[in-house]
Amino acid sequence: MRFGAHEPLMMDSGIALAPWQIAYQTYGTLNADRSNAVLICHALTGDQHVANDNPVTGKPGWWLTMVGPGKPVDTNRFFVICANVIGGCMGTTGPASTDPATGRPYALDFPVVTIRDMVRAQAALIDKLGIESLFCVVGGSMGGMQVLQWAVSYSTRVFAALPIATAARHSAQNIAFHEVGRQAVMADPEWRGGRYLTEGTRPSKGLAVARMGAHITYLSEMALHRKFGRNFQDRSAPTFSFDADFQIESYLRYQGISFVERFDANSYLYVTRAMDYFDIAAEHGGSLAKAFKGSATRFCLISFTSDWLFPTSDSRAIVHALNAAAASVGFVEVESDKGHDAFLLEEPEMFAAVRGFIDAAARVRGIA
Amino acid sequence: MIASTLPATDLETGHRLDFLLVADMVEPGSRVLDIGCGDGSLLAILRDRRGVDGRGIEISREGVNACLAKGLPVIQGDADTDLADYPDDAFDYVILSQTIQATRQPRVVLEHLLRIGRRAIVSFPNFGHWRVRFDLGVRGRMPMTENLPYSWYDTPNIHFCTIRDFVELCREVGAQMEKAVALNAGGQPIRVTLPWWVWNLLGDQGVFLLKRR
Repeated sequence: MRFGAHEPLMMDSGIALAPWQIAYQTYGTLNADRSNAVLICHALTGDQHVANDNPVTGKPGWWLTMVGPGKPVDTNRFFVICANVIGGCMGTTGPASTDPATGRPYALDFPVVTIRDMVRAQAALIDKLGIESLFCVVGGSMGGMQVLQWAVSYSTRVFAALPIATAARHSAQNIAFHEVGRQAVMADPEWRGGRYLTEGTRPSKGLAVARMGAHITYLSEMALHRKFGRNFQDRSAPTFSFDADFQIESYLRYQGISFVERFDANSYLYVTRAMDYFDIAAEHGGSLAKAFKGSATRFCLISFTSDWLFPTSDSRAIVHALNAAAASVGFVEVESDKGHDAFLLEEPEMFAAVRGFIDAAARVRGIA
Repeated sequence: MIASTLPATDLETGHRLDFLLVADMVEPGSRVLDIGCGDGSLLAILRDRRGVDGRGIEISREGVNACLAKGLPVIQGDADTDLADYPDDAFDYVILSQTIQATRQPRVVLEHLLRIGRRAIVSFPNFGHWRVRFDLGVRGRMPMTENLPYSWYDTPNIHFCTIRDFVELCREVGAQMEKAVALNAGGQPIRVTLPWWVWNLLGDQGVFLLKRR
């Protein structure tokens, strides 16, 4: 969806971005009442291809376990929308897009993006699609942040909200991890002060290291132990070198290398920054409960026992605020040893909770 | 004595009789918090029959999922630790149904109930019932009855009390008893007005409607 010079995206930084565009996918059919639209919000390195093969990687959609015919977010019943975030690199305007002022990629001239900017861009898309109110907004991790922001910024347009494995503000520890990743990108001489596209280089090594570090935070000690242990990679003894002797090293290197093939380094800087800046309570005088005051949205939150990046205490803080605001809220902590990544994986307890919550909300909303 | 986990139910609706009794104590259209709400049966009755805006806290994941599937806003949590986070007077009624005997600090929990809700409804198995006394006093065994089907070593019930004990606790925390009902083993209220010691002997469960004094 393209927005021309007369339809700027008003960003938190004070900049009016125009022209801009937002890339999105839809699944299922919008009903006559326009009451069955579900918005899926993707995480840091996700994209709009939630339930179809990814055209860049050729891999299946990133949330096929959750979204599809007969799945908890049932595309036979709901009109499902998923859009690439502003600042991203999968078709929505971001730092790799061409700056109309210069004819070259924006690079670091692109305005710093916030979660609220992402949600504003999605709201503009929803407007264009002629949808007044969303039946449900669903997302995990950074997607969950967008869900919360939707519920705060557009509370009357969100019937039900399902933030999974997320927080109402990014913690100091998480900002720290992001900063390490950004510094890895910027330390790569190929980054060229962000102008690598113009200069024909690619900061692949820096971005790969950033991804390797971040990937560890998505797992858990238990999951790493179960999957890799201290097993050697294609060898039976250490080589007394800095080769990838251990399976875990080989795995992380692969994660890093495959990531740089599909993700823009500057987008990584911008989107991690957006998460760092996220703090809903700060926008409401430090009170999270105030942010949700008077909300008629039905909330359901889910966290995972082994998620140390967005621990259960983060979800509980949101639940307490919603309770204090007298909002309708359900919450379940799913037992899993898979760490933060669990929300993307096969977790029957999560599916049961999502299915139960969505089906019950659909009954109230009168969706067949 | 036969241990059964099936509580007495209304033959027509299948609803538990003690739930129906509790539901009758709740003003229609009020805001209710059900602590230890299980699979949400009582909350569903309150919503469907009394038009109540109900919330729940439940410790088990299975229970929470069953509630979510009924469209009930229930959060996974623990009565012993989570009640402190609720503001004063947040609800018209706070219900603690068959749960107080499983809490670590029943007195603290009761005080929270009276703080969070304008009224509190507490139901619990009466450890003063004659069959309990018979098991302990005559047979010399820890009691197992319909309402208390667990062996002593695997029971979640760690703080039993009798109806008279509970009345005494209410006095200590300054709770005013607006209604007090004893249910017999069939789940029927013992209608006649009897002295406390008789209720304490014949009541299988006690159900109390309390108000902060």
